[in-house]
Amino acid sequence: MKTYMSDQEDQMTLEPQGEDAPTQEQSAVDAMETVIEVDNVSFAYIPGTDVLKDISMNINKGEVTAFIGPSGCGKSTLLRCLNRMNDLIPRAGLTQGEIRILGTDIYHPEVDVIELRKHVGMVFQKYNPFPKSIYENVAYGLRIQGVNRKSVLDEAVESSLKLAGLWDEVKDRLDSSGLGLSGGQQQRLCIARTIAVQPKIILMDEPCSALDPISTTIIEELITQLKQEFTIVIVTHNMQQATRVSDRTAYFYLGELIEMDETTKIFSNPSQQKTEEYISGRFG
Amino acid sequence: MHDIAKDQLVKKGQNPFASKAVKLKRRDRAISFGLGAATYFILACTLYIFADIAFKGIPVVLKSEAPFVNFEFFTKSPETLMTFETEGGETYKMNFSEYSQFKRDHPDVNIVEEHSHAYSGGGIFGPLVGTALLTIICITVALSVGLATAIFLNEYATKGRFMDSIRLAIMNLAGVPSIVFGLFGLMFFCLFIPVVTSEPLERSFLAIPLGGGSYFSFEGWGTCMLAGGFTLAVMILPVVIAACEESLKAIPMGFREASLALGATKWQTISKAVLPYAFPGMLTASILGITRVAGETAPIMFTAALAHKDELPWQAANSIGGFFSQSVQALPYHIYTVAARIPQSEYTKPMQYGSVFVFMVLVMTFAALSIFLRIRYRKKLKW
Ligand SMILES: Nc1ncnc2c1ncn2[C@@H]1O[C@H](COP(=O)(O)OP(=O)(O)OP(=O)(O)O)[C@@H](O)[C@H]1O
Ligand SMILES: [Mg+2]
Repeated sequence: MKTYMSDQEDQMTLEPQGEDAPTQEQSAVDAMETVIEVDNVSFAYIPGTDVLKDISMNINKGEVTAFIGPSGCGKSTLLRCLNRMNDLIPRAGLTQGEIRILGTDIYHPEVDVIELRKHVGMVFQKYNPFPKSIYENVAYGLRIQGVNRKSVLDEAVESSLKLAGLWDEVKDRLDSSGLGLSGGQQQRLCIARTIAVQPKIILMDEPCSALDPISTTIIEELITQLKQEFTIVIVTHNMQQATRVSDRTAYFYLGELIEMDETTKIFSNPSQQKTEEYISGRFG
Repeated sequence: MHDIAKDQLVKKGQNPFASKAVKLKRRDRAISFGLGAATYFILACTLYIFADIAFKGIPVVLKSEAPFVNFEFFTKSPETLMTFETEGGETYKMNFSEYSQFKRDHPDVNIVEEHSHAYSGGGIFGPLVGTALLTIICITVALSVGLATAIFLNEYATKGRFMDSIRLAIMNLAGVPSIVFGLFGLMFFCLFIPVVTSEPLERSFLAIPLGGGSYFSFEGWGTCMLAGGFTLAVMILPVVIAACEESLKAIPMGFREASLALGATKWQTISKAVLPYAFPGMLTASILGITRVAGETAPIMFTAALAHKDELPWQAANSIGGFFSQSVQALPYHIYTVAARIPQSEYTKPMQYGSVFVFMVLVMTFAALSIFLRIRYRKKLKW
């Protein structure tokens, strides 16, 4: 049983046990450590119609990576491939390629999707706290792992809420319903709930699109702080947001990855004509 | 208020809004009157029925003096009511047991005219107990099977044509007349369902020896509350399944996604992030189901209910299995038996109306409870 505190050495948890399991290829050349490698991935919801086409990218540890692009271009789809949320949709799946996280092919038959999701957390567009108390919302992920010791839970709840910047606002009413908070607070509660299980990677699908500008600013600041501990991938429709929070940006168009580079480069001097057109607002 | 001068102006034909289509207007008024009349007619009928039952039933259930409630009506089981006239011209009305006692005590009294009115004496304790037991068994079975089916259909099964046709088949069951369920229950639960027994009955279709003197015998449970409860359960399964599915669908996908994304298994997600919030809805819908089940006569008259039974289930049984294999009296069937007696007389009426009144109050209480719970939970659980 994995407990809350002991996660230092379990980078290998994801590793399949079998003999022929793929192993981590160390790329010592890069100073940056790659945590997610997407290799020639195509994806279809309905067999025969690929909505992601031959996508390859690397996502670095400790960075915020932004996915941008017009509606329907496949940003959410790729994001949901990274923690296999697309498994919920019957018949949907990769049609080619491989996604490696921490060096392990996450679609390998010996990978347990439950373990994968403990390492790759997700924050959704529509904030979705459970109709439980604030405390129980944050403790949920640990409880399902069998952690029930009050002292452990208390500590995890406190540190997660602190990390999510919500502690001071809710510490006096941990037992009141999570649904009684404001929209921005609810979204931060969802972030706290996600980081309580100590993932390595946090995926965020338009986390601010349902929030007011002030809450948005607070969450953007939170994201820049969180990247010290987590690798973050964020989908956004807001160009300013991408420039404010992300280190690298990937631009998608009609299921293809047009360009991926440092955010400053993408927004000042993109190498592709299409990217230029999109970020300057000529279409999208 | 009205300025006469202004009225004059309007009359002079300067009113641009003066009514032109008098005919159309009249038709409009007639239609709205007709629609209203239909509504009020139904309302009046309903009120008349309720008032009639209350008017005739309340005197049976309530009393004008001290305890105000006629407890005998609730604590005694139905008996034959005897009415007779003695030579002296005195008339008597008493339950059969009292009548026997009376004859023993007064061997010299000559009875010139006597009538017996079956099931019109005593009270309704037996039927009340029977209906309660049947309903409890039914709800237990229907909720567990219905919940399992609804969870499977809504959470596990891949959506598709096959599942849609299964769902359609289940929903079609709701349209089957209840007497058909009664016959099904008789053939299946009473006469066919296999039991383990040491001495198979003669009616057993097939008795497979298990060794050690026991048999796996296809002989059914016989006429008993278990058979009746299961038959009722099969009858309301479509309703329960639909209600449970409805409640499950009302839970936002976001809860499931959030739970799964935190590394919960499918069953953890269902049991911790879906069912707790779906439960109130299921419960309220099921309470409405109870009111329907409690009132059914056809499914239990071949499978569980007897017109008359002196012993209560716990008096006749000496084991748990024995308890559930007792036949029972049931309120709707009791009302049917009393009402179907010919000739009717003023002596049969109190029993009929008393039973119906109690029954109506019970059913209305449950319906009100279900509505109350629904409103409460809708307020409490909002997302
Ligand atoms: N469950 C699904 N079944 C079938 N097709 C889907 C499904 N979800 C998305 N798609 C299709 O896949 C394509 C990519 O959708 P996706 O949601 O990834 O776009 P997106 O870039 O996230 O768009 P948005 O910015 O509007 O969120 C779209 O054409 C969409 O219609
Ligand atoms: Mg999207």
